[in-house]
Order: sequence, then C-alpha cells, then structure tokens
Amino acid sequence: MNIQTGFFYVFAFVLLYAAFRVVTARNTVHAVLHLMLAFSQASALWLMLQAEFLAIALVLVYLGAVMVLFLFVVMMLDINVDAMRKGFWRNFPLAAMLGAVVALEMAAVLLTGFRISTPNAMAPVVPGAAADLANVKALGLLLYTDYLMPIQIAAVILLVGMVAAIALTLRGRKDSKFINVGDQVRVKASDRLQVVKVAPTRAAAPASEENPS
Amino acid sequence: MTLTLGHWLTVGALLFALSVIGIFLNRKNLIVLLMAIELMLLAVNINFVAFSHYLGDMHGQVFVFFILTVAAAESAIGLAILVLLFRNRSSIDVQDLQTLKG
Repeated sequence: MNIQTGFFYVFAFVLLYAAFRVVTARNTVHAVLHLMLAFSQASALWLMLQAEFLAIALVLVYLGAVMVLFLFVVMMLDINVDAMRKGFWRNFPLAAMLGAVVALEMAAVLLTGFRISTPNAMAPVVPGAAADLANVKALGLLLYTDYLMPIQIAAVILLVGMVAAIALTLRGRKDSKFINVGDQVRVKASDRLQVVKVAPTRAAAPASEENPS
Repeated sequence: MTLTLGHWLTVGALLFALSVIGIFLNRKNLIVLLMAIELMLLAVNINFVAFSHYLGDMHGQVFVFFILTVAAAESAIGLAILVLLFRNRSSIDVQDLQTLKG
C-alpha cells in the first residue's frame, strides 16, 4: 500500500462520512457545512486524478458560490426542524435497504470489473498539440476550439439562471414612492392641461357701447 | 495494493447510494433534497474524472465542466423557487405543494 492509496482512502472516507452527515443531520446548517466538507474532499480526489483545473473550479465555484448561496437561504428561512423530521425513521428501513442494495451491487461490479491500474497517457487534445500539455492548457485548448459553441451555450444558461433567480425573488415595496419614467415620457399636453369653457358670470354689455359707429 | 479505476468508481457509487438514501429519508425537507441532488451530481462527476484520467481522454473533463455549469444554474434557480415557496406558504414541506392537485 503506497502513500497515494493511503491518501485516497483518507479522502474517500471523509467524503462518504460528510455525505452521510448531509443526509442525516438534524440541523440544516450542519448539513450545508458537511456538504462543503464533502465537496472539498472531492476536490482533493480530483487533484489526485490530475484534474487540477476542475479541482480548483470546484472549490471556487461550488464552495465559494453555490454553498454560500445554500447557507444564505438556510439561514434566511425559519424552518421548523421537528416537522421536517417527521417520517424520517419511518422511511429509514426502506431507504437503508435500497441504499445497501445499490451500493453492494455497484461495488461488486465496479471494484472487480475495472482493474486498470496504470492510466493511459493523455491523448493529444487537438491535432498537432503535444500530448503532455498541462491540464489547464489542454482543457483550455479543447474548450475554445472543439467546444466553442457549447461553452457559449453554457454562458447563456448561466445568464438565464441569473436572470431567472433575480426575477423570481424580486419584489417591489408597496409603500415606496417612485416616478414611472415611461409614464412621464408618454404624457401629452391634453393630459396635463385642460381648457375649460367658463360661462361668464356677468351679462355681457350691450353691443352698441363696445362698437360705436 | 495500487489504486485501480474500480476504486474511484466505487467511491462514486457509494456516494450516489448515500444520496439516494438521503432523498428517501428527507422526503419533506426541500433544502436537503436539493443538497442530495448536488451530491448525486458530484458522484457522477467523480466517475467522469476517473474515466478521463485512466483512459487518457480529456473530453471527460470537458463534460464535467459543463455539468458543473448546469448544476450551478440549477441550484440557483432551485433556491430562488424555494425562497418564493417559503414566502407564500411559510413552509418548505414538499407535502404542501399540492396547489395544482397533480
């Protein structure tokens, strides 16, 4: 058992423990914190697999942004924990049995079925590129050549996600005073100024006085 | 004992099984359901990265990149819907989502 295997078992054990605590924690804040631990361990595992860019992206994007979003939402909402835990133990036997079946079957097949222990050398990512590029450079070459269109679509998906999240949660205050610029621009003179024909209060003087001839 | 591809796939499978258990256990709490989905996506990503490393193919890591993108957008919108739900019903119980009688 070399040192790499030892690190693998440490990271994998902490990862699975954290995932277990995520789904069983009583306090939702604890669940989110354990989720952060799980993702950091996954990032370490990816570093062992020489996927450096993805490992750093996982820490930056997931631990830095998504998990903080989760934490904000959990702390913002006032959740009745006891009502949420109702039915937890009633579902436990079914869940444990199903999970055990899934885990045992998949482990039995996967652990013995894939005995590749020496990784293949990375194939050159684009024709003409060296085979031994650094991970970030190889990924960048692929993303900005073969996957240029998908990465644009991914950017649009992120934009749509941002706009949708803001549009869903935005609410204007009812009691605040504001000026509707559109209404102001569209206003016409007839909306503001009204010429009223006022009936004279005094009888008009005889016409002969005003118009001597 | 050296590491084989099977070790990594087994970690992914165990993580996936744990999140399936989590979905069954926390059938009421929408936040924990979202977190279990995140864990499932992480398990899938671990499989992708492991295959990419052992088969020497970079395209698997590109796919993980896109999964991360979509998962981030998904969780952002999911949390927004959750906040909206809590505002209207003041609970995040999945059982309360029966307005449409579906």
